[in-house]
Amino acid sequence: MTEVIKLAHGSGGEASRRLVEDVIAVYFKNEALDPLDDSAVMAVQGGRLAFTTDSYTVDPIFFPGGDIGSLAVHGTVNDLAMVGARPVALTLGLILEEGLALSDLRRILESVRDACSEARVNVVAGDTKVVERGSADGIFINTSGIGTVPEGVNISASNAVPGDVVILSGNIGDHGIAVLSMREGMDFTTTLKSDSAPLNTMVQAMLEVTKDIHAMRDPTRGGLGTSLNEIAARSKVGIEIEEAAVPVDSQVRDACDMLGFDVFYVANEGKLVAFVPESEAAAVLDAVKAARYGGNAAVIGKVVKENPGLVTLNTQVGGRRILSPLSGELLPRIC
Amino acid sequence: MRLSSAFRESELARNIAGNIAKATTRRWNIMEFCGTHTVAIFRHGLKAMLPGYINLVSGPGCPVCVTSRNDIDRILYLADLPGTIVATYGDMMKVPGSGMSLSDKRALGADVRVVYSIMDAVGIARANPPARVIFNAVGFETTAPSTAAVVRGACSEGIDNFHILSLHKVTPPVVTALLDGGTEVDGFLCPGHVCSIIGSRPLEPVAAGYKKPCVIAGFEPADVLQGILMLVRQLEEARSEVEIEYSRGVRPEGNTNALAVMDEVFCRVPAEWRGIGEVDGTGLKLREEFAAFDAERFIDREIVSEPDPPGCQCGEVLRGEIVPTDCALFGSACNPENPVGPCMVSSEGSCATYYQYAEKTRRQYEDKTGR
Repeated sequence: MTEVIKLAHGSGGEASRRLVEDVIAVYFKNEALDPLDDSAVMAVQGGRLAFTTDSYTVDPIFFPGGDIGSLAVHGTVNDLAMVGARPVALTLGLILEEGLALSDLRRILESVRDACSEARVNVVAGDTKVVERGSADGIFINTSGIGTVPEGVNISASNAVPGDVVILSGNIGDHGIAVLSMREGMDFTTTLKSDSAPLNTMVQAMLEVTKDIHAMRDPTRGGLGTSLNEIAARSKVGIEIEEAAVPVDSQVRDACDMLGFDVFYVANEGKLVAFVPESEAAAVLDAVKAARYGGNAAVIGKVVKENPGLVTLNTQVGGRRILSPLSGELLPRIC
Repeated sequence: MRLSSAFRESELARNIAGNIAKATTRRWNIMEFCGTHTVAIFRHGLKAMLPGYINLVSGPGCPVCVTSRNDIDRILYLADLPGTIVATYGDMMKVPGSGMSLSDKRALGADVRVVYSIMDAVGIARANPPARVIFNAVGFETTAPSTAAVVRGACSEGIDNFHILSLHKVTPPVVTALLDGGTEVDGFLCPGHVCSIIGSRPLEPVAAGYKKPCVIAGFEPADVLQGILMLVRQLEEARSEVEIEYSRGVRPEGNTNALAVMDEVFCRVPAEWRGIGEVDGTGLKLREEFAAFDAERFIDREIVSEPDPPGCQCGEVLRGEIVPTDCALFGSACNPENPVGPCMVSSEGSCATYYQYAEKTRRQYEDKTGR
């Protein structure tokens, strides 16, 4: 059959990676793009610039803890933060479906404004298109962002080395489960909120402790499992994770049990995972914990020489398994 | 303390694993019948806790995987009928019939909607008269009672545009069919959720007649390990009984209310299991008084299906004759994004589970390091 784009290509897992690496990026090989970090870092006169772009679609548009507007700011600010950049400016592209209530648009824009204000960044340019009913799902947003990378900072998914300690900034899975519970037809309720949040202040606090942060990712779609695999593959190292150390809210755990999800693949929108030298780990962890959104941070594992490219999970019950990237889509099970 | 975390306690699990190692003197082949057990075994890394000579084999206990090609082709045929909405569980969307899946049908314009429960399908019917809404009713004894109750409810409510294509199956006879077919296993780890409905008695013929011990276990890691321990003890002591590990959920007589409504609404007919063939008494067909709800009546011609794709070994996997990684297509031509056979589609299919948990890599790694 002719190859076509499937939903799995947008799941954030293995299919997304192959689409980006094997289909798209091959047309645009260059030094800034090739590392495929969350932002591209380029030398410009007088310093280094980080540049990134991301498009947002979410169902439902409004969810506990945020909406598509705040998500569009947080996602791009966080992509800048993941290479250690301070956000300077954002652009805002809106694709609106005919029939979207103006009051909903205003509510989303207020949320963009508030998220920008917390992240201390401005929307400096924008674009709007309206498409026929049925050609979009209410609203799609694209944001691009630029930021400056401080001298001496060199963070990349390719830079983790054996001996590094893996720090996670808090509970995983909150966003995915909070959004899912709001979908039409999902008969469960939680008091969960999306963790959607800007992480740039947290990253700045970490960089004040040490500039020697090796690798960082914010595990969004595809979850922590997929982010760890990206770093293991790009850095050509093994990663060992202790399941018992990974913080998960009990409601998220229960929802995952019920739906048959593995929490390691459930989306987050306000978490980071950082790889730092062991000597700096305790101080960096303290900085993360002291930051807003980092209260539940923990050391969850370490980087090893063995099995480059492989993430191993020592399970809570004392078993061991490979934590592979997400394949296919997350679908609730039948029984 | 929450129930599930209590059962995840590592000390408990390690103790049980230690007892399994002590109790085992030789190789035993244990079939975990159910996909939920397979996933639990992989997700918690339990194979790493077991002595190497406990060989766990996945069985046919994934309702998506055992749905025959012809049954998929029949629901595809229904999806093409004018004025028809097919409501289905998401797991079924990508299962290939003869060259096409429900997902492909939807891409070509058929009205196929994913629902999370049969109640949502009834809701679609209520909201969309006169459209004919057909629910693709798949599942074992865990979901069949709710289908039965909903059909009975729709009947008394007088909803006349709601129908089901019953692909429901009951499980105990297929265990004996497997053994009759030559599947070589020493004992069965049986699913707690199915047995909470049917009880332990339907498994008696397996233990008494075929001399294959059965242990009904829950799905927490400690449950699974304890179930394996109970099986190993039976095998080592040459006993063959039905034992209940999952005593907090299963009574010998099962859930009599659920069984009663199933029996009221459905009668038993032969059903086609992918990879196993037709098994008597495993299909659930709507009884005559509920015939108006049976979507079978819209199928007015014989649906002929193509044979399974060349190379696909889902049948051997479902019969426990090979493990998924033995299939030549595994991970190359057949993967979760482009599944060739149904076992690679469902999140609880053996092939999808072996793939997601990188069983091939694990085996290579363990060969290399001798662990």
